[in-house]
Amino acid sequence: MSETRSSEVDAALHNLEPTGERLEFSSRTPLWVQVVKWGLILLTLAVLGWMAQQVIEAGYWLMVSLIGFIALCVIAVYATKRAIPAKYLFPGVLLMLLLQIWPLLYTVQISFTNFGDGHISSKEEAVASIVSNSVREVEGSTRYALNIAVPEGTDVATGDLAYLLTDADGAYYVGTIDGLEELPADGVEAGPTGRIISAPGWTTLTPQEVNDRSDDLADFGVPVFDDAGEQTAGIRQVGLSEAFIGTPTRVYDEEADTITDTVTGTVYVAEDANFVPENGEGAALPQGWREFVGFENYTNAFTNATLREGLTKVFVWNVFFAAFTVVATFLLGMAIALLMNDERLRGKGIYRSILILPYALPIYVTALVWASMFNQDFGLINNLFGLDINWLGSAWWARVAVLITNLWLGFPYWFIVCTGALQAIPSDVKEAAAIDGAGAFATVRRVIMPLLLVAVGPLMIASFAFNFNNFGLIWLLTEGGPFVGGQSSIGSTDLLITLAYRLALGGAAPNFGFASAISVIIFFMVAVISYFGFTRTAALEDVN
Amino acid sequence: MTSPQDPTSSTLGSVDAHGSDRGRGGRLGTASADVYTVTRKSRRTSFRAVWWRHALALLALAFALFPIVFIVSSAFNNAGTLSTSGLLPTRFGLRNFDALFNDAARPYWTWYKNSLIICGVATVATLVLGAAAAYAFSRLRWTGRRFGLLFILLVQMFPALLAFVALYITFATVGEVIPQIGLNTLWGLLLVYLGGAMGANIWLFKGYFDTIPKELDEAAKIDGASHARVFFTIILPLVTPILATVGILAFVGLWGEFLLASIFLTDADNQTLAVGLYATRNADQNRYFGQFVAGALLASLPVVLVYLSLQRLLIGGMTAGSVK
Repeated sequence: MSETRSSEVDAALHNLEPTGERLEFSSRTPLWVQVVKWGLILLTLAVLGWMAQQVIEAGYWLMVSLIGFIALCVIAVYATKRAIPAKYLFPGVLLMLLLQIWPLLYTVQISFTNFGDGHISSKEEAVASIVSNSVREVEGSTRYALNIAVPEGTDVATGDLAYLLTDADGAYYVGTIDGLEELPADGVEAGPTGRIISAPGWTTLTPQEVNDRSDDLADFGVPVFDDAGEQTAGIRQVGLSEAFIGTPTRVYDEEADTITDTVTGTVYVAEDANFVPENGEGAALPQGWREFVGFENYTNAFTNATLREGLTKVFVWNVFFAAFTVVATFLLGMAIALLMNDERLRGKGIYRSILILPYALPIYVTALVWASMFNQDFGLINNLFGLDINWLGSAWWARVAVLITNLWLGFPYWFIVCTGALQAIPSDVKEAAAIDGAGAFATVRRVIMPLLLVAVGPLMIASFAFNFNNFGLIWLLTEGGPFVGGQSSIGSTDLLITLAYRLALGGAAPNFGFASAISVIIFFMVAVISYFGFTRTAALEDVN
Repeated sequence: MTSPQDPTSSTLGSVDAHGSDRGRGGRLGTASADVYTVTRKSRRTSFRAVWWRHALALLALAFALFPIVFIVSSAFNNAGTLSTSGLLPTRFGLRNFDALFNDAARPYWTWYKNSLIICGVATVATLVLGAAAAYAFSRLRWTGRRFGLLFILLVQMFPALLAFVALYITFATVGEVIPQIGLNTLWGLLLVYLGGAMGANIWLFKGYFDTIPKELDEAAKIDGASHARVFFTIILPLVTPILATVGILAFVGLWGEFLLASIFLTDADNQTLAVGLYATRNADQNRYFGQFVAGALLASLPVVLVYLSLQRLLIGGMTAGSVK
């Protein structure tokens, strides 16, 4: 490779040498390059303009100004002859800012909130939901034909719910958490009772999908406002195809920040992001809101007795898992590399091609196949060795299974790395050791190993950091389980990252705030590991 | 898997690993000892000296191979369940592949296409963005260059997958406004992968760019070539080895990415191979095992072929920096 390159360099140099021929670089840019350049600039601006339009329709003004700013940057960087380095860096830096740094900062921000199940929306939305939810039908109120929908393009399982309503006069409305709006009749398809079957811009839910979201629907109601912006009434569903408009029985008092139930007379006060009964009797209202909670998620992790015990276990296993994996895979890989490091050994190419296979297969193939092989009843491991071990069902055997699998996955990497490193150890070092009377074992132990470790040290730190967050392996092999002691939140093979994943997205009651706090804790650990790696290598001295 | 080059999870450590690579980039002479001429007699004596090495090497091969043999034989096992699978296929046949290709609920070829699109586009973008940034850092002189490089390295310390909560919520919001790039779309996932496209391999790129003699572009500049001309016609052709190495590492890394893909892609029609095959096996671990393993075998083929045909290049990339 290096020879090829240097010959290419020579050829290029040769081309450039002033040999009397006319050189071909003209200072004018060819026409087609100009066309492509301006075409790309205009295309980018067109896409940004289209995005801005979408965002304006939804009313996210901050995002509009962001898009406008990006468009200005595109023009400033690419339509002028200035800022040459920016021409090469702009797209990459933009993507990095939006998709690496923003999520990073946002994760930190979420970790200081109670964002999660029951605390998804803002306080205004929670109040609106409580009030419209308490609507009772009064004598002679209007009934609507109802269908339930989500905005087109969103997931039916998670999208914002909406009522598609038809009143007695046949006029169409769409009701969301923000209020009631008229729905243009164009393109609306209605059934014989006037019930809307489909409407442009909305995806209607099937009865099955409605059933799946019955919890969300129980908390859902459409507020109706008077001209002054005060909520006077609400619309609620009756069964699957009808809704009524009625007056709320719970009233929000903005001055006192309380909600009063006009039927029972209970007064609810705002406390810890929920409305709780003032007299302390009875349950809090289910709709809470998102708010800043300071270090609560962090202090919980370190002071709450059950959480602390669980997290300590996970942390200890996490460190052990990463450390054991690095040491074991390195030792096995190095042993095989030493074994093959003999000039008289033939067929090394074939050996190497086969040994690289575990590393070459995608993790979702190997981890899932190993999970199947560890099956107690039909698995290959038990069958092959005549065992009856419940590998993935008992805490300790599951840990052993994880370590065996990762040894298999990781040793080829170290085999390759060590093979390369061994080749680079000069033979005179080994000869000198032999002359000094060192045996084969002593040579390996006292001469080759130290040289090897110096060379692969940084890679070991990298490997440790990678395995510390080896989500793929654990999730695909055990999903963090098995769960012992009748709980289902902290599993025996959980790493911090799989625990955070389950907290945020795995269950019915997501806790984004706490999951983010765990992520931030992992950030710090990775930072410490990397700092260690940084100071141990001279990599940065060369930045020029 | 120990793969620090995984573009979604690059850490500082892996950057260090590349950091000391001053443009070696290509392969190390790992196979140089293969060429070895010996006489018949000395070959016989040398076999006597190394037979134990062969014996141990065969043990290592058995350890490396038995799960793979299991995959292959289960894929061609006509009974198609986990309980009937073993190291040797009992009833050889292609029924698993039949089931795989004709399952309306699990559109295998759509997953394959999705994986190819995502990995292909993201790989190309990684190369374009990475090479352009490396050019700016290696060749152009501007204030804030050193700080910029260190800052990018610092950001790479934090794997994207750790910010999955923020990414999930952000894209849920974005999807309400611009559904084309929200959750459950290929483009949204692609954008997430592109976040680290420039930074993940900047060190490897810059190290290689630094080895191309500066005299080349200076000469061209004197002759009136613009910065773009130098980049496209002089630098890029000379750095193809590193483009190949990074391209393969990025493609293979993304091909196996699971966490972000599983968060983003919920509809069967939008899924990648990783998410789809995971769901197939979990639907029923025993019954769908044959179908899963047949799909897994086909999904592995591209990366295995890449590894086997380009192993020297890859080994060079992986071990770059491990040797001083």
